[in-house]
Amino acid sequence: MNLTLKIWRQPHATAEGAMHTYAVGDISEDMSFLEMLDVLNEQLLGQDEEPIAFDHDCREGICGSCNLMIDGQAHGPEVTTSCQLHMRSFKDGDEITVEPWRSDAFPVIKDLMVDRSAFDRIIQAGGYISANTGSAPEANSVPVPRDQATRAFNMATCIGCGACVAACPNGSASLFMGAKITQLGLLPQGQPERDSRVVGMVGQHDHEGFGGCTNIGECTAACPKEIPLDVISQLNKDLRTAIRNGH
Amino acid sequence: MRRPAPARTGHLSHARVIRAPPPGGTVWTVATTTLVKGARATRSTIAIKLAMAVSGFVFIGFVLAHMYGNLKAFAGHDSFNEYAEHLRTIGEPILPESGLLWILRLGLVASLVVHVSAAVWLWRRAQSARTVKYEVTKRRHSSLSSRTMRWGGLTILVFLVWHLLNFSIVKVNPAGGATNDPYNLLVDTFDVWWMSLIYLIAMGALAMHLHHGTWSALQTLGLTGTASARSRAKTAGWIVAVVVAGGYSLVPLGVLFGVITK
Ligand code: HEM
Ligand code: SF4
Ligand code: FES
Repeated sequence: MNLTLKIWRQPHATAEGAMHTYAVGDISEDMSFLEMLDVLNEQLLGQDEEPIAFDHDCREGICGSCNLMIDGQAHGPEVTTSCQLHMRSFKDGDEITVEPWRSDAFPVIKDLMVDRSAFDRIIQAGGYISANTGSAPEANSVPVPRDQATRAFNMATCIGCGACVAACPNGSASLFMGAKITQLGLLPQGQPERDSRVVGMVGQHDHEGFGGCTNIGECTAACPKEIPLDVISQLNKDLRTAIRNGH
Repeated sequence: MRRPAPARTGHLSHARVIRAPPPGGTVWTVATTTLVKGARATRSTIAIKLAMAVSGFVFIGFVLAHMYGNLKAFAGHDSFNEYAEHLRTIGEPILPESGLLWILRLGLVASLVVHVSAAVWLWRRAQSARTVKYEVTKRRHSSLSSRTMRWGGLTILVFLVWHLLNFSIVKVNPAGGATNDPYNLLVDTFDVWWMSLIYLIAMGALAMHLHHGTWSALQTLGLTGTASARSRAKTAGWIVAVVVAGGYSLVPLGVLFGVITK
């Protein structure tokens, strides 16, 4: 199929950017969205033009780096990552707009690439459990009920892609925080640092300049891992508990 | 590629290059983004939301009680005026005349200050969280009421000012009649069709605000931790919105259709 692409180009972080229009042809519907961009980049290289910078790594939906706002939807029209989005979701002749995540906490590095290290710092501020190194403890010494383990696992599927922030009209990272808070809060290992975790993570979130959540729900619809809105309730509840405990 | 040594300002901080080298240039800008130390739960965005949810619930309690009073208009002139009078004398002689009314008023004004300041603060924060807008946005997964909380809230605020001028602080009778009889003032007001229309529009705005606000407040308070609790909270939003807006609207509609007369 033949497509018209409108893509944000920005040479570097502090440069002015603008939308540029490109035409690509001969796109198979079995290609992924990123493969389609690869074709375009080959074409640009052939014309001695700077290829479009976009982030990607695994191309199998698990690393969370392929962040693209496609036609106003984070990761495009399907519930998946941009690398797992196939061109069969588009029609011949379509005009597709591709933009980077827009969040002041995720500054653009170049073209479609943004710097998501704010997420790393939120995790650093409390999204972990402290464990002693040394010989591994006996795995069955800390029993975890099966439904709790399953739910914790489901919340742990967050890949930190940032689609929730990109889709949120407030630019809030509550879904991302909530997934980690809920995951660790369900496990016995997560209990000792429970209060300091939520306070640290939320404090870092606010410091990075993310917005406040108003429970609109665009985040969960954009999330490729279908993290549910319940996690934001859990986040709020843990913070309320931390306030009660004097934090 | 040449990289500058990361600026170290403490063991919890690290440097981040936010600017790639301009083609051919050598200028680097390094932003140091530190980890927050000593974060306070009470100073967080979520704490602000909690204040908003609690003040929102104060309003919901108030609008329900106020609606009960308004519906007394269907019981006739004397019953309505007695109720208005009764509000001023509850608690006597322990409280002075209008004592309880003043306590309620102060509570409501305090809640309004909290609610509106929190709304303004969150609004500004959201604006600075995304200073470069998208060329295209598709928001298909959120309710209209959730996306209009701010402008809808402002509509309610503007209405509130007029409403208080109309019935309480100044007492304006748009039909030009007397203002010292609450029941007659009400009938005179709603007999003017555009006055009724203003009230009905305001109730539409209130319904939307409560549709999202009720569920949102429950979520902010952390009471919707499962899928079923979430769907119950959303149903609660619908019920509160329909009951409140519907209940209030019955009065102007009653006057327009001649059920409530002088
Ligand atoms: C006076 C002008 C008002 C403004 C500017 C305003 C604005 C807002 C805003 C921006 C929100 C946050 C949106 C969200 O959390 O999703 C909100 C939430 C809310 N508002 Fe209002 N509002 C006003 C009046 C009212 C009134 C009169 C009521 C009740 C009858 C009310 C009840 C609520 C409730 C229950 C919430 C949910 C709180 C939460 O999400 O935690 N508001 N309001
Ligand atoms: S919660 Fe979902 S959308 Fe947000 S970072 Fe995790 S995987 Fe991405
Ligand atoms: S490239 Fe890893 S999730 Fe898409």
